[in-house]
Amino acid sequence: MAKAFVLRAMSTVGGDDFWRGIASIAVFLIFWEVGSRSQALFGIAFPWISQIPAPSAVLQELVVLVQDPSFWMSALLSTLRVFEGFLAAMVVGIPLGLAMAVSRTFYGITFPVFEVLRPIPPLAWVPASIIFWPTQELSIAFVTFLGAFFTIVINVIGGAQAIDVRYFQAARSMGSSTWDIFCRIILPATLPSIVVGATVGVGITWAVVVAAEMISGGGSAGSVGGAAGGGLGFFIWNSYVGGSYTQIVAGMISIGIAGYLSSAVLRKIGKWLTPWLSQY
Amino acid sequence: MNIQQMAQSSQVISSPLGSQISVTNVSKIYGAGDFAKEVVRDCSFTLDRGKLTVMIGPSGCGKSTLIRMLAGFERPSSGAITLDGKAVSRPGLDRLVVFQESALFPWMSTYDNIMFGPRARGEDTPEMRAYAEELLHKVGLDGFRKKYPAQLSGGMQRRAELARSMINKPAVMILDEPFRGLDAMTKKLMQEYYSNLYEEFRRTTFFVTTDIDEAIYLADRILIMTNIPTQVRAVINVDLPRPRHVEDITENDDANAIKMRALSLLHEEAMKSFARGSKAAADFVDAYAKRINKE
Repeated sequence: MAKAFVLRAMSTVGGDDFWRGIASIAVFLIFWEVGSRSQALFGIAFPWISQIPAPSAVLQELVVLVQDPSFWMSALLSTLRVFEGFLAAMVVGIPLGLAMAVSRTFYGITFPVFEVLRPIPPLAWVPASIIFWPTQELSIAFVTFLGAFFTIVINVIGGAQAIDVRYFQAARSMGSSTWDIFCRIILPATLPSIVVGATVGVGITWAVVVAAEMISGGGSAGSVGGAAGGGLGFFIWNSYVGGSYTQIVAGMISIGIAGYLSSAVLRKIGKWLTPWLSQY
Repeated sequence: MNIQQMAQSSQVISSPLGSQISVTNVSKIYGAGDFAKEVVRDCSFTLDRGKLTVMIGPSGCGKSTLIRMLAGFERPSSGAITLDGKAVSRPGLDRLVVFQESALFPWMSTYDNIMFGPRARGEDTPEMRAYAEELLHKVGLDGFRKKYPAQLSGGMQRRAELARSMINKPAVMILDEPFRGLDAMTKKLMQEYYSNLYEEFRRTTFFVTTDIDEAIYLADRILIMTNIPTQVRAVINVDLPRPRHVEDITENDDANAIKMRALSLLHEEAMKSFARGSKAAADFVDAYAKRINKE
């Protein structure tokens, strides 16, 4: 993942967008640094931002953290949970969405239930999930799964239902069987929506996994790997309880970077899967 | 429906010139009760074997509905459509439609689009591939075989679509305003190009347009349609020699006489369309008022 990121960044080094990106981040960091040191610099504490540790302090904290195996353990644990939940959501969501789009009967039977469950926030599932599933690990993975699942299904249904009816007419006229139409028309025509659903879904997955870790106390691994072994969500919560504000922000930044990398990787895969969309 | 069977049965083409289609007393009514809308009324005509029949009529008169019925996507409310004497009820290889705007599959390259039909029927044979190459060459897209439709110009897309239909050797080719939306220059080139293609292959062709010059240039026979609910208002035979050239047509007295006659008929129908348009709106309001009162 890191390698892909570096390659991607390098391929655009020197471009206008690259320098704009650098400038954007630099200006943001300067405002943050000045804001959080406002008490020392101007004698007035700026509201809100002066409470946040300065980026320089956070950077020092990050330097310490990256040398700490338990921090990596947390990051790995969260990543694994995201990966499990996301993968399960894809495996279940894509066929379900396609079936709902293709079969009017199936749609009629499943959609009402789906629509009632969909607005329930994934976090509202946490207590029930802890009761239902035998281990905390499974309950966190399940909540993570829900985060991506509904987004993916809705996107697949939307994509498949928006297919131009002339494609079906053309294929049918040329002698396509139903299975052929599914493989060569419905699947590729829905692929762009699947990619969008996956990219949005993985972002939600990160949001959900962190919250679930906070609420459930880090899962079973929390007790095994020590305080910092329960995932990034638990890591942040633990830092809050321990009063280390630089660690909180460092943990937040780690999640931001992880989420960005996940989306970037998915976008890359999506581009590779749908070459016709980027050829003009 | 058994598509496999359908594809196989339609494989049998009776004549190298294609098939003959008869449309007999066909009507099409959408909806029911107060909301029923009659689009086609008691319409009869034939598409002669190996001939190019052009249908021309006011826009929105129901031409596309007729095409969908000919293609088998929809069924007539009454009347019969037969192909070489057999009733038409489903889409099939014997009648291929080239749609108004490109219906090329955006996710397939030009070559894969052309090979779609053969692959759908499990005929990805060396002969078919050779034929695909020949067609690619014929429509001037040799250098574009790996390009996606979005990378082709409007004219190229239409040619790719012609090739995609022709590889299936349909007994009847149905073209629904195929050059609509092209700029004037490209349109003229496409007409000449299409005319050559037709003269080479000579299959039964049904060509729908709203452009009278295009109709006279291409047609063996022109069907002038009435306003909605549509039926054939007049049949004009175009006995101009082939191969034709656009210049010959503009200077030909016969062609000009046909054009004057067709234009005056079309003008009458277009005027009716205004009158009927306001009547249709009034009918709709009436029907709606009735329904409200019932509830």
